[in-house]
Amino acid sequence: MSNDVPASHPLSMMSKVFQFLSSLRLTVVLLALGVAVVFFGTLGQTSDGLYVAQERYFRSWFAYWTPHGSAFPVVPLPGGYLLGTMLVINLIVAHFTRFQWTWAKSGIFLTHIGIILLLLGQLATDMLARESIMSFREGETRNYSESAMDFELAVMRSTGSNDLDQVVAIPASRLKAGAEVRHELLPFAIRVKEAYENARVRLRAPVMDSNRPPAASQGVGARIVIDAQSATRTMNDRNVPAAVIELAGTSSLGTWAISGELKSQTLTAEGREWRLEYRPVREYKPFALTLLKTTHETYPGTDIPKNFQSRVRLRHADTGEDREVDIYMNAPLRHGGYTFFQYQMGKEQLTDGGRGTSALQVVRNPSWVTPYVGCILVGVGLLVQFLLHLTKFIARRKPRAA
Amino acid sequence: MKQRIPLIVVALFALWILGALVPRRDREYAFGAFGRLPVVFNGRLQPFDSLARNSLTRIREKETANLEPAKAWYESPKIISATEWLLTVMTRPEVADGWKVFRVDHPELKAMLKLPEPNPPAGEDGKHYSWNQFGENGLKQIEESARNIQENKKDSSLRNAFDNATLGLYEAMTLYLRLKNTIHPQDTARFAAEIAEYQKTIPAGVKAFQQRMTGSGPFDTNALTEVFGHAERFFVTLRGEPPLLVPPAAGGDSFAWQRMGEALLEPSFGAPLLKHLMRVPKAELPAETVAELIRTAGTRPLPPAVGHWAAMADTFRESQTASFNAAVADYTAYLESLRLGKALVKTHREQRYNGFAPFSKAAALYLVAFLFGCGFWFNFAEWSRRTSLNLVRLAFVVHTLGLIVRMWLEGRPPVTNLYSSAIFIGWGAVGLGLILESFWKNAIGLAVATVIGFSTQIVAHNLALGGDTMVMLQAVLDTNFWLATHVVIVTLGYSATFVAGFLAILYVVLGFFTKVMTADMGRSLSRMVYGILCFATLFSFVGTVLGGIWADQSWGRFWGWDPKENGALIIVLWNALILHARWGGMVRERGIMNLAIFGNIVTSWSWFGTNLLGVGLHSYGFMSGAFTALMVFVASQCVLIGLGLIPQAKWRSFSKASAAA
Repeated sequence: MSNDVPASHPLSMMSKVFQFLSSLRLTVVLLALGVAVVFFGTLGQTSDGLYVAQERYFRSWFAYWTPHGSAFPVVPLPGGYLLGTMLVINLIVAHFTRFQWTWAKSGIFLTHIGIILLLLGQLATDMLARESIMSFREGETRNYSESAMDFELAVMRSTGSNDLDQVVAIPASRLKAGAEVRHELLPFAIRVKEAYENARVRLRAPVMDSNRPPAASQGVGARIVIDAQSATRTMNDRNVPAAVIELAGTSSLGTWAISGELKSQTLTAEGREWRLEYRPVREYKPFALTLLKTTHETYPGTDIPKNFQSRVRLRHADTGEDREVDIYMNAPLRHGGYTFFQYQMGKEQLTDGGRGTSALQVVRNPSWVTPYVGCILVGVGLLVQFLLHLTKFIARRKPRAA
Repeated sequence: MKQRIPLIVVALFALWILGALVPRRDREYAFGAFGRLPVVFNGRLQPFDSLARNSLTRIREKETANLEPAKAWYESPKIISATEWLLTVMTRPEVADGWKVFRVDHPELKAMLKLPEPNPPAGEDGKHYSWNQFGENGLKQIEESARNIQENKKDSSLRNAFDNATLGLYEAMTLYLRLKNTIHPQDTARFAAEIAEYQKTIPAGVKAFQQRMTGSGPFDTNALTEVFGHAERFFVTLRGEPPLLVPPAAGGDSFAWQRMGEALLEPSFGAPLLKHLMRVPKAELPAETVAELIRTAGTRPLPPAVGHWAAMADTFRESQTASFNAAVADYTAYLESLRLGKALVKTHREQRYNGFAPFSKAAALYLVAFLFGCGFWFNFAEWSRRTSLNLVRLAFVVHTLGLIVRMWLEGRPPVTNLYSSAIFIGWGAVGLGLILESFWKNAIGLAVATVIGFSTQIVAHNLALGGDTMVMLQAVLDTNFWLATHVVIVTLGYSATFVAGFLAILYVVLGFFTKVMTADMGRSLSRMVYGILCFATLFSFVGTVLGGIWADQSWGRFWGWDPKENGALIIVLWNALILHARWGGMVRERGIMNLAIFGNIVTSWSWFGTNLLGVGLHSYGFMSGAFTALMVFVASQCVLIGLGLIPQAKWRSFSKASAAA
C-alpha cells in the first residue's frame, strides 16, 4: 500500500513506526518482558521488602535486578510504567490499524478494552490511592488516621476556644539538615541542625556518654542522645525520624531534639504556650470512630487466629449518622470514600488497664471501580471468544463423527 | 473375549474399592469404636483415628505402627493400627516407649544421638528407633540443638538438611510427649484411684487456700500442700498443650472443650486461677475476677467425662478387654446424651474416610490405567485403550467422592491448603484428560489423566507427611465464598496449564524417541494444546482477577504485588504470550510445544516456588524438600525444551513424514 511512496519518505517512516507499534511481535516481546519483570520483582521482595521492590520494579520506567550479595546490577529490565504504557499504545494502535472490526472478533475487542482499563486503573490507583492507619484503645475516639511511613513536625498553639489547637504541620521531607522553615503563624523560624531518617533516642548516661554532649539545650533534649540507625526497608519495621532544631524568634529559643519516639514538648514564645510534636502525618476525616470492643478468637487449644473483630461507633456530624459497626476480616467498613480494614489487634498490659487495642487500615482509592469494570470486560470477552472457537470446533468435528 | 477385558478388569477393581468401603468389625478390643470418639486437636474436632494416624505420620511417615521394623515383609512383622498405638501411648507409655516408631534418617543426627546401625538379628533396621533408645541425654541434646537452630537460624531458608532433620525429630518428640499426657500424667498407675484420692483432699485443701489468699486467720498447711500436690501434677500436663479431651457437660461446639488437666482442676482451684497465680504469660486476670474465683473455688463439680476416661484408661492398661469395650460404649452413650450426635456422625464419617483412603486408591487406579494406556500405543489394540479409559473413569469417581467427603468434613470448598490444591489440580487434569479422550480417542487424553493424576497424588502424599491436612484456616482465609470462587478457578487454571504442558511433553518425547508420532497426530496434539491453553488463559485470568477482588474487598487494594498474586499473573501473561505468538505466526507446532513446556515451569513456580520465598500473604516458610523437588522438576523441563529445540529432521518421528510430504 505504501509502494508509491519512496522508502525515505516521512510517511513511509510513519507507517513503519505504526506497523511496529501495532505488531503482534511487539505484544509478544512486551508479554515476555512482563513475565521477566514480575518474576524478578517477586524475587526482589525477598531482599528489598515489598514496598521498595514495588517502587523499584513496578512503579518505575527502568529497573535492574541484582542477585543477593552481588555488587553489580545483572539483569536490566524495563519498569512497570514503561511496559504498561507500551502495552496500552500497542493495543490502541493495533485496534486502529491492523484490527478488523467484525463480530467474530468482538470477544477480543472486549478483552483488549478491559485490559486497557485495568492498566489505566492500576496507574490511577498508584497515583491516587492513599493508605493510612487508625489505631486506638477501647473507649477512645479518633477523627484522623496516621501515615504508616511519613512524619510531620506539628507546632501547636492553644487558642483557648473549645480546646481547639491551631496547628502548623511541617512535613519531615522539609526538615533537612541546614534548612530553615518559616511560617506566618509562627513567631519563630525553625533551623534544622541535624536530621536523621531513622534514629533511636535514649537517656544520656552521664558516665558512659561523657564524651557525647546532650542532643539539645532545651526540653527533654538536654537529657537524651540520638543514635542514628540505618534506614529500614521491611514491612514490619518502620523508620522513626529524629532531628535537632533551633528555634529563633526575636531572640534564640535554644535547640530542641524532636523524634517520633518522644511525646510533645512545651515551650513559651511571645508570651504564649506552644507544643512541639514529631508525629506520623495525620489525615483528618469529617467523621469520627469510637472503638467500643475488640474481639480476638483463636481456634480451641491453638494459637491459630479465628477472628479479629472491632466494634466501632461511627458518628458523622454533617449527615447526622450515628451507628455501630463490626469490622472484621473480609468485612471492612466503607464510609465517605474511605475503607476501614481490621489490620492489627493487641491488648494493653494489665497494669495499664488491660484494654484491647485495635489498628484499622484506612484506604482511600477513588479509582477502585475500574478494575471491576475491566475484569468484567476481559472475562466476558475471553468467554465469548473461546465459546466461538469451541462451537466452530465442535461443528467441524460433528460431520466426521457421524 | 478381548471385548470383555475392559469390563472384567474394571469390575475387579470396583469390587476392590467396594470391599474397602465395608466397615471392619472389632475382633478383640473395640479399637474401631474408640477411634471414632471425638477429640479436639489442631483447633478442630476430629476422631481419635485421625489424631492417631496424623501423629504417626508425623513421627514415622506411615499411618500404621510396625513394631518389628527390622523384619522383612515376608517375615510378617507385627504391625498395629494407629489407634492401638495411640491408646498404648496414652495409657501405657512405659510399653510404647520401647516401640521403634521414631524415624531418623539423617546420618549425622543418628551419630549425634549414638543410635545403633542396621543389625536385623538384634532388631535394628537403622531407620526406626524407640523413645527409650534416645535416652535422657539424647532427648536433652535434641532439645538443645533444636532451640539453638530456632534462635540462630530464624530464617528457615538458612537451615540445612541436618537442621531440618533435628527440628523434625524435636517436633515429633514434642508431639509424642503431648500424647503421653493426654488422658492423665504419664506416670499415673491407676487413674480412677488417683482422682478419688485427689477429691478427698479438696474440701480441706480449698478451705485452707481461701484462708491463705484472703488472709483470714491461720490455715491448715498440710491440707493445702496435699491438694496442691495433686493440682500441680495436673497443671504440669497442661503446659505441653495436649489434645482437648473433655466435652462441655452442657454440650455445645468445640470451643468449650477442655484439656484433661483443666477438667481435673475444676472441682478445686480451676485452671484460669492457677494459671494467673503461676504467672503464665497472657493468662493474667483482673483483681476482681481473681477474688471471685478464690471465693467460688471448690464449688464446681468434676465433669462427668473424666470418670469415663478413667474407666477406659484403667481397663485398657490392665488388658481387661470386655470392661474396656463396655467403657467405650458407655462413653459413646454419654456423648450421645449430650446432644453431641452431630459431632459423632462427623467423626464416624472421618474415620471411614481415613480407612478408605480414596486418594491413594485413585492413585493406584491411575497407575494401572497408565499401563493399559501404554499398551494401546505398543500394539494399538482398542481393548487396551478401553480398559484404561474405564479405569480412569472409575478412579475419577473415587477421586471425586474423596473430594466431596473432604468438603463435607471440613465444611469448606475443595482447596484450602497446599495439600488439597495438589489433590484438586490432579482432579482438574483428569477431568480435562477425559474430555480430550472423548474427542480424540487416541489414548493421549488418558496419558494426560493418568500421569498427572498419579504424580499429583505423589506430591499430595509428601505434603501430608506434615501431619493433619484439614487444619483450621486463619482468619483471613475464613471465607467460603472467595475460597470457592478465586481459589477453585485459579487452581483449575493451574490444572489446564499443566495439561497443555504435558501434551507438549508427549509431543516432544514421543516424536523424538519413537516413531509413533505421525503428522496427523502432531496436528491433533497441537490443536489440543491450543484449546487447553485458551481454557487455561480464561481460568487463570478470571481466577487471578477474583483474587484481586477478594483483596480489594478485604484490604482495599486490588493488586498488592504479593508473590502468589505475581505467580498467577505470570501464568496469565505466559499463556497470553503463547496465544499471541501463535496468532502472529511467530511460532509453529514445535514452537508452541516448547512454550507450553515452559508453562510447566511457570506454573510450578506459581504453585510452589512463591510459597518458598518466605514473604507475602501466602508464605508457608521454606521447605527444603519442596525446593529440591522444584529444582529437579524445572531442570527436567529444561531438558525437554532442549530436546524440543533439536530440528525435527533429527527426530525419529516426523522426519520421514516431512520428507515424503
